[in-house]
Amino acid sequence: MAALEIIFTASLWAAALRIASPLIFATLGELICERAGVLNLGIEGIMTVGAFTGWFTVYMGGDLWVGVAVAAASGAAFGLLHALLVVPLGLSQHVTGIGITLLATSLTSYVYRVSLPEVTSPPKIEPFQPLAIPGLSEIPFLGQALFNQTPLTYLAFISVALVAYILYRTPVGLAVRMVGENPAAVEAQGIDVTLLRIGAVMVGSAFMALGGAFLTMSAFNSFYFDMVNGRSWIAIALVVFGSWRPGKALLGAILFAAFDAYQLRLQQIVAGIPYQFFLMLPYILSILALVTMARRAGYPRALMIPYRKGER
Amino acid sequence: MRLEPRLETPWVLWLAAPAAAIGASLLIAALLVLWSGADPFGVFGLVIKGALGSQFALFETLTRATPLIFTGLAAAVAFRARLWNIGGEAQFYGGAIMAALLGTGLLPLPAPILIPILLIAGALAGALLLLGPTLMKTRFGVDEVVTTLLLNFIILLLVSFLLEGPLKDPMGMGWPQSRKIIEAAQLPKIIAGKRLHLGFALALAMAALVWFINTRTIHGYEMRAVGFNARAARFAGMKVDLVMVKVALLSGGLAAMAGVSEVIGLKGNLTLDLSPGFGYAGIVVAMLAMLHPLGVVAAAIFVAAMFVGADAMSRQAGVPNYIAHVMVATALLTMVVGMLFTRFRLRWT
Repeated sequence: MAALEIIFTASLWAAALRIASPLIFATLGELICERAGVLNLGIEGIMTVGAFTGWFTVYMGGDLWVGVAVAAASGAAFGLLHALLVVPLGLSQHVTGIGITLLATSLTSYVYRVSLPEVTSPPKIEPFQPLAIPGLSEIPFLGQALFNQTPLTYLAFISVALVAYILYRTPVGLAVRMVGENPAAVEAQGIDVTLLRIGAVMVGSAFMALGGAFLTMSAFNSFYFDMVNGRSWIAIALVVFGSWRPGKALLGAILFAAFDAYQLRLQQIVAGIPYQFFLMLPYILSILALVTMARRAGYPRALMIPYRKGER
Repeated sequence: MRLEPRLETPWVLWLAAPAAAIGASLLIAALLVLWSGADPFGVFGLVIKGALGSQFALFETLTRATPLIFTGLAAAVAFRARLWNIGGEAQFYGGAIMAALLGTGLLPLPAPILIPILLIAGALAGALLLLGPTLMKTRFGVDEVVTTLLLNFIILLLVSFLLEGPLKDPMGMGWPQSRKIIEAAQLPKIIAGKRLHLGFALALAMAALVWFINTRTIHGYEMRAVGFNARAARFAGMKVDLVMVKVALLSGGLAAMAGVSEVIGLKGNLTLDLSPGFGYAGIVVAMLAMLHPLGVVAAAIFVAAMFVGADAMSRQAGVPNYIAHVMVATALLTMVVGMLFTRFRLRWT
């Protein structure tokens, strides 16, 4: 019965939102790229870059929010590189994305080692502190779970609403959605397909980097190699699971994180099952989500198809 | 500015693409080395010396190239058919698990029987690990990139479990490692007293085999046709899904043989750090080789030389050996750009 009681504790849901935050940023970022017709497998590397640059800015004495801005900018820079290779040049989005991930992670490791040659254990920074929303945080259960988070978690939720609004309620959003479905139609409207896609990939990559920055600036307080640990691939699965819609993707990320928080607590009360099997669950769950949703998924029609002017 | 397809490619371009890739990655690495405060020429000198400068270094490079040839072939075979197998790491460990499972005394057989069994069992494990994502792709339309990537994490956790549970070495002083394989399971060395083992010869044989399949059999023809245009291949009467399954079995099997060869040829047991990313590096090797199986051998030796040389350089000059990874990743990106210009030309409009 203890296994069931966990579900009704506020601490489970508070943890779920914490675990969900980096996933929400990453999923949102990938969603923007894919909505514009570009698969971005550079995501793992871009998250690693964001985790490092955000942390390093603060470590060098910068303000936390300056760190967030630096992380977003460095993510956008790698997004620009990816976009330049796959949009105007039309290179394979799979191979280029893996290349960006390898480049970004190795470059991060190199810069870390050169910048901090003497360190043996990763130095810590003073991270974002939980920010209780006055009034709301005093609501029993909900207050503890929802309104006592760090600012980056609130930012993640605001971002989802903002991106959903822009995608569905503004001309820019319409153009982005259209360029992922039918780039020729966008061209016919007098909009530059190449520039639009490059812009979308840069914005998406900035969000991915924020997901990485959350890990160092709001969760672990220092930078480790391999700290992203496949979270980005889970985010890609969540984009499919959410049928390329921000709201559904948010729901998927929270469900997923709640499950993850639940299995962490279950580990402590269920004896006899090796912890590795619990750790496998998120990845297995992602594969299952892909299999169940893939058939129904209405993926952007022009996803992964390079656009060349005048070609049919 | 626009891209225009070339009707024919001058042969110079086929050589220019890899040359430009290597040149560009050297340039970027030089800038990074300069930034770290070291002298790029001195550092590159040390890398070359550490990779090729002595008999020991040369053998070390070939030893490191061995798993990369296998994983490079695995990626080349799959990518040629447009099956995006990014799960080389999982398949590598699949093979390594089988070697540790069957090679540590479970099968008390003589070497000429045991070694082939280990290789085949390992290859089967790797093949099955790629078959799953491939069937999910052909049956349900699930993107295999994500599923193969996710499998890498699952299998690594499985290895961690096995090393702390069923395969744990009782004499391991608590280290997560398996027992040593029995003597009959050990691959012989090519030259007595050196680390280079028969796995290297086997890797070369596999490269030749893949070349033969690609160019001289109907299977290779079908795999290429499916890669070029799956719809046209289907229209021509090919069973595209079946071809994909064949590709998956071959690719997964090849990547797994890297794992078997590392366990029974070099390390002697299964550990969690058996592969420093051989599966991912195989993708780079395959792209540098322009997916050509014989090119894979050359590309694997080049990438291995970078890694081995950078390790040696790092010990002497203090520049982090991650520089080799940066160079390899840059080479991958510049190579795909270079390959584009073998097929297209830029036209200013």
